Amino acid sequence: MTTVLYDAPGPRARRRNLLLGAVGVVVALGAAAFVVYRFAVTGQFDPDVWQWILYKNIQLLLLDALLNTLRAFAVAAVLALVFGAVFAAGRLSDHRWLSGPATAVVEFFRAVPLLILIFIMYFGVSRGLGINVSAFTALVLGLMLYNGSVLAEIFRAGVASLPRGQSEAAYALGMRKTQVMTNVLLPQALRAMLPTIVSQLVVVLKDTALGFIILYPELLYQARFLGSQVQLGSPILPVAMVVAVIYITMCLLLSQFAHYLERRTRRTRPGDPAAPADGTAVEMEQVRVGTP
Amino acid sequence: MNVLLDNLGLYMSAFVGTVELFLVAAVGSIIGGLLLAAMRVSPVPVLRAFGTVYINVVRNTPLTLVFFFFAFAYPRLEIFDLSFFARACTALIVYTSAFVCEVVRSGVNTVPVGQAEASRALGFTFGQTLGSIILPQALRSVVPPLTSVEIALLKNTTIAAGFAVFEAGGIYQNLSERGYNVLVGLLWVALGFLILVVPLTLLQRNLERRWSVAR
Repeated sequence: MTTVLYDAPGPRARRRNLLLGAVGVVVALGAAAFVVYRFAVTGQFDPDVWQWILYKNIQLLLLDALLNTLRAFAVAAVLALVFGAVFAAGRLSDHRWLSGPATAVVEFFRAVPLLILIFIMYFGVSRGLGINVSAFTALVLGLMLYNGSVLAEIFRAGVASLPRGQSEAAYALGMRKTQVMTNVLLPQALRAMLPTIVSQLVVVLKDTALGFIILYPELLYQARFLGSQVQLGSPILPVAMVVAVIYITMCLLLSQFAHYLERRTRRTRPGDPAAPADGTAVEMEQVRVGTP
Repeated sequence: MNVLLDNLGLYMSAFVGTVELFLVAAVGSIIGGLLLAAMRVSPVPVLRAFGTVYINVVRNTPLTLVFFFFAFAYPRLEIFDLSFFARACTALIVYTSAFVCEVVRSGVNTVPVGQAEASRALGFTFGQTLGSIILPQALRSVVPPLTSVEIALLKNTTIAAGFAVFEAGGIYQNLSERGYNVLVGLLWVALGFLILVVPLTLLQRNLERRWSVAR
């Protein structure tokens, strides 16, 4: 195996690598063993703190919480995509009076922390203006504004990354501005940007957990609730572990889907004039990893 | 305006808290990210596997969940007492390191293999190859996205306010206790973040423009 950093190992390097590998295994196993030991010592594996998992009411409670999480995710994802499409169109407009405000809105919502946006919706609007905003609405609107702005930026970058010849050729064929956008640029850009868009949806799913802070009854909120029940033995760690597994599985599945889409777009690249050149692939990956 | 001027002390101490949290977590996450990246590109399969698993799990975990663990679950393990600030920093470092690692790794991978092969053919040692050939080139494609990861970290520090660390995200609670308009107070917080984030964003775009390599 040759990578940028390392040559194919010779006998000495192989021995060294083997030693490093052994040390790595020992350190990792040691750390894991220590954590498990602390869990065992503090009684996190005792049957009575896991009892709750058998209660039907609690199972239904967690299922309901999961549905609340998914509901917030679905609504926020759709709204964010719409918001992103509208504002990307605004930013790409040739009219200064349209692109200026659109750029300002997108930049503003990208710079303000999502939690502050949610607080503005939940505490600010309800207490400052006297309009009653539910936790669900506040969470979804916050997610829409922030992720919609990021998506607008992704859409815009996708259209901008296409070769100029595409739009020039379309104009030369006598297409109108709207036709060029909808018939030529968007289909290509959307395909190239699909993995990035799905990755951004993972961010939406992850950020629904912020609803916990404004007491929206989603998974984490119910985990806190169950974890503080003394009659169940205050099983906050066991509940947190179960909830963590649910969250990570959902996000991993969605990430894997993004990964699959990415591989699929890459596969069709050779000889396909519509596919972006290598440079944009790198940029796209950076867009993807750059939005934690 | 009154909301800001009457509570200037509150805003100042809260944003100082934010900046402290950000600086500690930024340095920590860069160190952690570099370590992870070193593991992920290393020729040792076990270390590579560990790096990959860590990245995949952490990148798919909500930051709120990481905070949740360090805020409520960690004390139950009775390992040793950490202040809330230290736990918030740890949560941010654990989470952000994964993103830093990915940025560094993809940056190193943008350097063509031929560069390293040529330097090895010229008899450069590993240290020389890394120090004079690869890192200077990788740095150019690492620093701009690294800046955006750290910007995201700066914004993520607000989540600590949801778990009782005093910083800018927690201003609204104090304001509503003092009977001020929370909406106006929160808009000032948003403005404060704009003041912190916009220079960093401009720096990042500037770096991206000047440092992008035509390949």
